[in-house]
Amino acid sequence: MTERHVYMDHSATTAVDGAVLEAMLPYFSDRYGNPNSLHLWGREARKGVNAARDQVASLLGAESSEIIFTGGGSEADNLAIKGFTFTHREKGRHVITTAVEHHAVLDSFKWLKKEGFEITILPVDETGMVRISDLEGAMREDTILVSMMFANNEVGTIQPVAGAAKICRDRGVAFHVDGVQAVGHIPVDVRELGIDMLTMSAHKMYGPKGVGVLYVRNGVKLEPIVHGGGQEHGLRSGTENTAGIVGFGAAAELAARRLADGSIKEEVRLRDLLIDSVTTSIEDVFLTGHRTKRLPFHASISVGSLEGESMLLRLDAAGIGASSGSACTSGSLEPSYVLLAMGLSHEAAHGSLRLTLGKDTSEEDIVYVAENLKRVVTGLRALSPLWKNRG
Amino acid sequence: MYSEKVMELFMNPINAGKMENPDGVGEVGNPRCGDIMKIYLRIKDERIDDVSFETFGCASAIASSSMVTEMVKGLTIDEALAISNKDVVKALGGLPPQKIHCSLLAEEGIQAAIEDYRSKQRAKTEAKA
Repeated sequence: MTERHVYMDHSATTAVDGAVLEAMLPYFSDRYGNPNSLHLWGREARKGVNAARDQVASLLGAESSEIIFTGGGSEADNLAIKGFTFTHREKGRHVITTAVEHHAVLDSFKWLKKEGFEITILPVDETGMVRISDLEGAMREDTILVSMMFANNEVGTIQPVAGAAKICRDRGVAFHVDGVQAVGHIPVDVRELGIDMLTMSAHKMYGPKGVGVLYVRNGVKLEPIVHGGGQEHGLRSGTENTAGIVGFGAAAELAARRLADGSIKEEVRLRDLLIDSVTTSIEDVFLTGHRTKRLPFHASISVGSLEGESMLLRLDAAGIGASSGSACTSGSLEPSYVLLAMGLSHEAAHGSLRLTLGKDTSEEDIVYVAENLKRVVTGLRALSPLWKNRG
Repeated sequence: MYSEKVMELFMNPINAGKMENPDGVGEVGNPRCGDIMKIYLRIKDERIDDVSFETFGCASAIASSSMVTEMVKGLTIDEALAISNKDVVKALGGLPPQKIHCSLLAEEGIQAAIEDYRSKQRAKTEAKA
């Protein structure tokens, strides 16, 4: 067996880009000052944080004052949902989200329910997409917040965010978007779309782990969930993670360049090559999620008569990193709630496999993955009592 | 996460595959839960002469099936019935807590295959009588 390693799990996390790492390094032991200090050391660090804020704002078409750095995407989701509803709870007690959100959003909504809010969870169609008419129908006089992801982590489907934003705007309802999977990979302009709050995470776009952003449109009022020294306009206290924030800025700049220079088009080509080759060369395999309205780096399939973890581990043995929504990989008895919400059977959800490409994925990598997946599937199906077609 | 023995049997399972004209077949689990184990037995003089399995499931389900078939081979029926899921876990060098049910399926699979064999024997005896 070859010693080739192909990481195909970029939805889980990405490697810090070389230029991003280089930008970060001086902030560990050279420019180590506290950005809140007035002396030289502090001013150097503050300069780094400010520049990063500008870089992130520029990627989103936002003002720098609208960028709040947090400890990650989950924290940003929590701040948006809890911070907004706490501030506006006298205006209304109804909030809306979707069935395919990340747990950071879904569990925040469950918490709101315990706190006396009424929550509506919108269903999705078979591609994982929310129907705009369902959102319209769910709107009430006392609705104060809608939270919808930009694109789904498990199946890559891109939601009709612009349409949802318009419905919210027309009714004066705040609109939060979890953009963790999407920002940096597809164009996102918060003004053009009309988004009030947007979550993003550095480590999903070649930046470091442990740093997130909540974009908060000027004029939107939030209560902080972390109180203290009043950093980040009082919305996220705590000494800034200077190196991480600088890394986020550099990652945003890298993303802006990739969005402009045709890299994404090439990524889409390789994604489609992978999808086409596995769905045509392997029997009883189907794509999950939307065929075209999907993240450029995202391929997700369901493989008949097999269970995801077994595929994942045999791919791992061939040097390929993938993920699955099967029960055995989720650590519970139930397979992925996202796939079930899309109407997949339990069997099909157990057979799910996610392959997510990165900026350094090559065509040879794709060919290697497709060949090995076919070999792995054939080998495991020879063991599967569900596989009827074997000769 | 998994022991070396589990990975070894998962990557290169022993006794895998369907058996032609088995004396007993047991199928346990269901696709909804993501595990199905099918055990085939060939019995000679009340002893397990040959055994094989087919499994739909995760690595530990495949390794548990392979291990239990290896363990019961050559045993008398009564000896095979005495094999518990704990014996399978031990032979595998341990299983993660959430995977213990895979070893239970292995135990139940053998029992179901023996039960199938016995009911066929009873049917034969009745047919003769």
